[in-house]
Amino acid sequence: MASGVLIFAEQREGKFRKVAFELLNIGKQIADKLGGPLSAVVVGKGIKDLASSLGKYGAQKVYVIDGDQFALYSTEAYASAVAEAAKKADAAVLLTGNTAMGKDLTPRVAAKLGVGMATDCTALEVEGGKLIATRPVYSGKCYLKVEFAGTPAVASVRPNTYPTASEAGGTAELVEISVSVEPKAKVKEVIKTGEGKIELTEAERIVSGGRGIKDKANFKILEELASVIKAAVGASRAAVDSGYATVDMQVGQTGKIVNPTLYMAFGISGAIQHLAGMRTSKVIVAVNKDPEAPIFQKADYGIVDDLFKVAPIMTEEFKKLLKE
Amino acid sequence: MKVVVCMKQTPDTEATIKIASDGKGIEEQNIKWIMSPYDEFAVEEAIRIKEKQGGETVVVTLGTERVVEAMRTALAMGIDRGVHCVDPAFVGSDALATAKILASVIKAENPDLVLCGRQGIDLDQAQVPAYLAEILGWPQVYAVAKLEIQGNKAICNRRIEGGEEIVETSLPAVLTCDKGLNEPRYASLPGIMKAKKKEIKKWTLAQTGLSANDVGASGAKLKVVGYMPLPERPPGKIFKEQDTAEMVKQVVKLLREEAKVI
Repeated sequence: MASGVLIFAEQREGKFRKVAFELLNIGKQIADKLGGPLSAVVVGKGIKDLASSLGKYGAQKVYVIDGDQFALYSTEAYASAVAEAAKKADAAVLLTGNTAMGKDLTPRVAAKLGVGMATDCTALEVEGGKLIATRPVYSGKCYLKVEFAGTPAVASVRPNTYPTASEAGGTAELVEISVSVEPKAKVKEVIKTGEGKIELTEAERIVSGGRGIKDKANFKILEELASVIKAAVGASRAAVDSGYATVDMQVGQTGKIVNPTLYMAFGISGAIQHLAGMRTSKVIVAVNKDPEAPIFQKADYGIVDDLFKVAPIMTEEFKKLLKE
Repeated sequence: MKVVVCMKQTPDTEATIKIASDGKGIEEQNIKWIMSPYDEFAVEEAIRIKEKQGGETVVVTLGTERVVEAMRTALAMGIDRGVHCVDPAFVGSDALATAKILASVIKAENPDLVLCGRQGIDLDQAQVPAYLAEILGWPQVYAVAKLEIQGNKAICNRRIEGGEEIVETSLPAVLTCDKGLNEPRYASLPGIMKAKKKEIKKWTLAQTGLSANDVGASGAKLKVVGYMPLPERPPGKIFKEQDTAEMVKQVVKLLREEAKVI
């Protein structure tokens, strides 16, 4: 009977996404409860060494699908590969990260396996030998707990939900699978725009600006603050729609769902669409002139004052603190 | 070119959501219902494709009589006609069952392109389009922010971490629409008047060719355990009407000593 956990370890250009290590951690916990092994699947080109490195992080077996047609992401090729690995592994649970790739890939894998899936989970538990997944629904206004009728149970996990697995020094058995598909959709090109920037969905800390920032150039004061505490810079929809920030910076329902340890909102009122994108942040700080701004209802710490006065002082205070 | 848009009616983003007394759903009364905002991008894109190259546009949705209103909105924006999947057997369908029902409509309509929203803003699952594409044996592209149709292929830009992917796909295909693709139009008054006369065809279990066990709650592969309210967040420490530097110092101190995040 299927009892193991298989995690999809997403890599691009020979580098794993951080969420892969988060999945190895939670995957191990689930595998132990189910009494089965933890395995991983890696898809790409020239990735065998990379794949075997997952043994150090607790993967007992790593399924490798390596070939020219997997050099760039392809829904059809990757979904066939991961579905094959899930069958080979006879996994009870398949976990993926809810990243740009995961969002496209995971439901297609579930479709190939003819099973149901839970998207963007923020908690996974095992009850009575079965996986129970919890996920935010209705713009994060409540949670939905689901269970699965088929095998494997497929769940995509919100990045930054679990700590990463630590390096323990094991070795993994490599299992090569050959999969042949002629995909009808192909990635022709990857355009990089965010080089050197911390990815919002993976960031531990985020400093965000809203309508109150008033001008594109004013984001500089938040960038300075962010660089001191190694944070990514985000924005509300209002700031993006007003042209103060670019779309890739948008946090919220129509932007990115973020899950950092620290989220600092400057000049953001806290509309429901914005809250939907950052509500699961562990610590929320709000700075706004308007004491009635809804963001203060969600904030752990707040300052009712002009962000243009607060931000530079805060930057200096953080500098002093971090120098100590 | 013939384009089918799969659309879902959802509660308005601003709606207050109350969990039903059995914990298995939400209270559906006294809620404002809208077309899921991502589906507006799909409707708009379908209309633009028709305006550019001619053809036909069809909107498909699944649900009770309530969802007809959202379908009329799509027709008022400019979609030609609608197909309403409605049958007592459909109630409780999960994403896979929903896709099976929609696929039966799409097979009958035989379009060149299917457009969906990136996700419904109620359950935020973003699953139906992928199930649909797999059932149809078609390619899919998730979260298209820019689209160009060139003959029988589509060039799609989609945002990924730190950049964009440009995906080329043959048609027919299932594409899901993201913010940035277009600015959805408002329905005009003449559009609203015209929409009242546009055809909405009913599509029941008998027409799907599926059995009752394939759909509805009995066919669901994903089972609801229960809905839960958000845990109460303890009230925050909000500083006001003090010297700015003083307030900042206090918050910075709390971030280090209490929250331990710096």
